[in-house]
Amino acid sequence: MSDPLQQFQEKIRSAAANKAPLRIRGSGSKDFYGVKLEGDVLDTRGYSGIVDYEPTELVFTARAGTPLREVEAALAEKGQMLPFEPPHFGPDATFGGCIASGFSGPRRAYHGAVRDFVLGVRSLNAAGEDLQFGGQVMKNVAGYDVSRLLTGSFGTLGLILEVSVKVLPIPDDERTLRLEMNETAAIETMNRCAGQPLPLSATCFTDNSLYIRLSGAASAVSAARKQLGGETIDGKTFWQSVREQTHPFFSNPGTLWRLSMKSTAAPLTLGPTLIEWNGSLRWISGEGDLENRQAVASKAGGYATLFRAQTRPKAIQYLSPAMMALQKKIKQALDPEGLFGPHRLHAEF
Amino acid sequence: MGKPEHFPSETIKPVISKAELVRRVSAVLPAESLLYDEEELKPYECDGLSAYRKLPLAVALPETEDQIRAVLKICHEGRVPVVFRGAGTGLSGGALPYEHGLLLGLSKLKRILEIDPVARMARVQPGVRNAAISEAAAQYGLYYAPDPSSQIACSIGGNVAENSGGVHCLKYGLTVNNIMKVRFVTIDGELLEIGGDGLDAPGYDLLALITGSEGLLGVVTEITVKLLPSPVKAQVVLAAFDDVGKAGQAVADIIAARIIPAGLEMMDKKATGAVEQFIGAGYPLDAEAILLCESDGSEEEVESEIARITEVLKAAGATQIRVSQNEAERLKLWAGRKSAFPAVGRILPDYFCLDGTIPRKQLANVLKRIGEMQDTFNLQCANVFHAGDGNLHPLVMFDANDDDQLHRAEQYGAAILELCVEVGGTITGEHGVGIEKINQMCVQFRTPELNTFHSIKHAFDEHGLLNPGKAVPTLQRCAEFGAMHVHRGEEKFPDLPRF
Ligand SMILES: Cc1cc2nc3c(=O)[nH]c(=O)nc-3n(C[C@H](O)[C@H](O)[C@H](O)COP(=O)(O)OP(=O)(O)OC[C@H]3O[C@@H](n4cnc5c(N)ncnc54)[C@H](O)[C@@H]3O)c2cc1C
Repeated sequence: MSDPLQQFQEKIRSAAANKAPLRIRGSGSKDFYGVKLEGDVLDTRGYSGIVDYEPTELVFTARAGTPLREVEAALAEKGQMLPFEPPHFGPDATFGGCIASGFSGPRRAYHGAVRDFVLGVRSLNAAGEDLQFGGQVMKNVAGYDVSRLLTGSFGTLGLILEVSVKVLPIPDDERTLRLEMNETAAIETMNRCAGQPLPLSATCFTDNSLYIRLSGAASAVSAARKQLGGETIDGKTFWQSVREQTHPFFSNPGTLWRLSMKSTAAPLTLGPTLIEWNGSLRWISGEGDLENRQAVASKAGGYATLFRAQTRPKAIQYLSPAMMALQKKIKQALDPEGLFGPHRLHAEF
Repeated sequence: MGKPEHFPSETIKPVISKAELVRRVSAVLPAESLLYDEEELKPYECDGLSAYRKLPLAVALPETEDQIRAVLKICHEGRVPVVFRGAGTGLSGGALPYEHGLLLGLSKLKRILEIDPVARMARVQPGVRNAAISEAAAQYGLYYAPDPSSQIACSIGGNVAENSGGVHCLKYGLTVNNIMKVRFVTIDGELLEIGGDGLDAPGYDLLALITGSEGLLGVVTEITVKLLPSPVKAQVVLAAFDDVGKAGQAVADIIAARIIPAGLEMMDKKATGAVEQFIGAGYPLDAEAILLCESDGSEEEVESEIARITEVLKAAGATQIRVSQNEAERLKLWAGRKSAFPAVGRILPDYFCLDGTIPRKQLANVLKRIGEMQDTFNLQCANVFHAGDGNLHPLVMFDANDDDQLHRAEQYGAAILELCVEVGGTITGEHGVGIEKINQMCVQFRTPELNTFHSIKHAFDEHGLLNPGKAVPTLQRCAEFGAMHVHRGEEKFPDLPRF
């Protein structure tokens, strides 16, 4: 068998020649997301392995097909972690899929999103050319930031081959508090806490309870615990269930909506709600239409996403006409023939 | 490095005359907002890279977003190249004007429009000074984290255009990690909102794409930045070393001890010497290198972290360790670092401040080789360094009035940048490519990557009117450069004719 990289290149070139679109896929753990799944599957899992990892550089590089759990295990062994706490949404989620989806977990509001930690991406474009943007250093402003453009692009701009990310030490101590209160009070409390120098690393409101995770030096965590009060609970299980959407909230029937907005926005009263990220991420379950959800979110400075549904939706997000036009131009710039993942993100392209 | 004169392929000739441009722009701007007499243009002839100068055709200083849109539409129709300018502190010539082009300055847009202390964000105009944001937010116990050394002067719009960093970005990130939303106008006058009041936005990450795009894709007319709670306490440790390699190893040891300091800076003997003469920060003059390592957070966090840092530095062989005992002492230690560039500027009238970033483990090796090159080029070089994130700032000193010195300084700078690429790093960590490092882009990138950049540029600015010839070299330029310069034994642009 020839090497996987060559196989990818051949597959891309022949797909381009036949004008037959490709669907880049790892384990398929994020297949639920998007408008359409079109094209011949290009499976990234054959291209796997850690390329470079030196803990004192805080830089980790691996191939796209590497299982995410292997990445996290390798980091944990050296006392480090992916600071964006990505959801796996499946046992075999890949590192490449994690970057391409751009999904971040509970820690996002405090440390940053996937895109904040991506340092460099090696990729194949629609001509099968091998490209390297960014690199393995912490700061790099040479050329446009194509690495971050590919992050969250769901395989629609090119095939991500290898990614370098900045990693961080696992905090010395971690505690989770539960405080009983209603949604209004929880939003108020999350925002008030975020404005203070507290070692916060996650917040979540559900079932009339506000959950606060504290991470850092043991002394700082214990001082914050005293200040905030509440009951200390088993945080690991709870945050895992929020991150992976296995918490009972997520088994509500119907559609799952993701509304991103200003953190201080008042309760939305759209149905069952779980709040994360200091109030700037609101999960809503239940039927509704995108236009209406978008109107609510945009009033609060944000936008709505139809995250999971029983059947494939016609659209998952709304873009203003000017923004849609520019997004289309970006797609054309990087994938002129529309080879990669057509209509995955928008019906328009 | 790159001479400011343009290659033919990068020169754009407007289809309207200067008189016509002035006539049309006068119709949309107040009289005092348009400058075209040579006398008045003079202050705009260069940015912080003062070795290169050129007078623009005219300078427009709009007061509103609508005026910006109107001016850009006129330039678009008349095919007039446009250069944006914030405070003009850029170090790579990004705001260097064109003879045939308009310079659009944002200095009149300097209002802080809104501070929302509860949602922890500030909405500001592009001409607002970086430091003014933290000053305005201080009353709420909040601040804006990225703190370039030029923060009292540089504009937030310029920070977005360059993706600027500061001494605290190891822990708190660069500009791209600390902004939420921008209003953005493209060359055809189209207005877009990019990002949002939440933590992400739908579609491809255009906020990241335009951050660091050096004024090539459009103009930022409003920025919403994230504010962070001010730490209760901060303390800095000064450590002296008798060997640069030991100081570099100490940096790795701190990270290995699972500490992410708020700041971790290094200066070599030449730099500390210059600073001591300039402001007297109290740095030991006999040390080969010093480290400044800051801890911030709650009382408890800082106390325990400072103790651990001190221990690590001792074990790494520091010859002297001093911990700031009060705020005045802390600020004095930082003042030395923050005035390093002007201090070096007093030794010789001009300097190139390079900005390569390398994997930290290469530090000792790279500094040694930079030192050796002083003899090769017969010039002096001082080094300051964002050590925590591997971002070097070698300061090559020269006198630009002496053509030969300027030429040698350019060659020295180029050699340093190429060394950074060779050891796995990049030619610029935070100052941007501009005109200064344009040729070294041909060393760092190959044809397919450059083509990607050009396609992106084309998506925003079809006629290439914004900052032409900067940041991303044409393939033609790289072919010309490559003909003189074969990199790592491989020809970089085999598909282009050599001349
Ligand atoms: C003494 C000194 C110390 C410095 N220290 C640091 C440091 O620690 N870290 C660091 O990162 N940099 C540093 N710099 C470099 C410089 O201050 C930064 O690059 C800064 O962000 C430039 O801001 P400015 O407003 O002066 O931009 P300008 O120099 O006016 O412009 C820079 C570039 O941005 C474009 N631009 C400006 N405003 C806009 C806008 N609104 N929309 C679109 N494009 C725009 C211009 O066209 C140009 O290409 C230093 C400079 C000096 C002189």
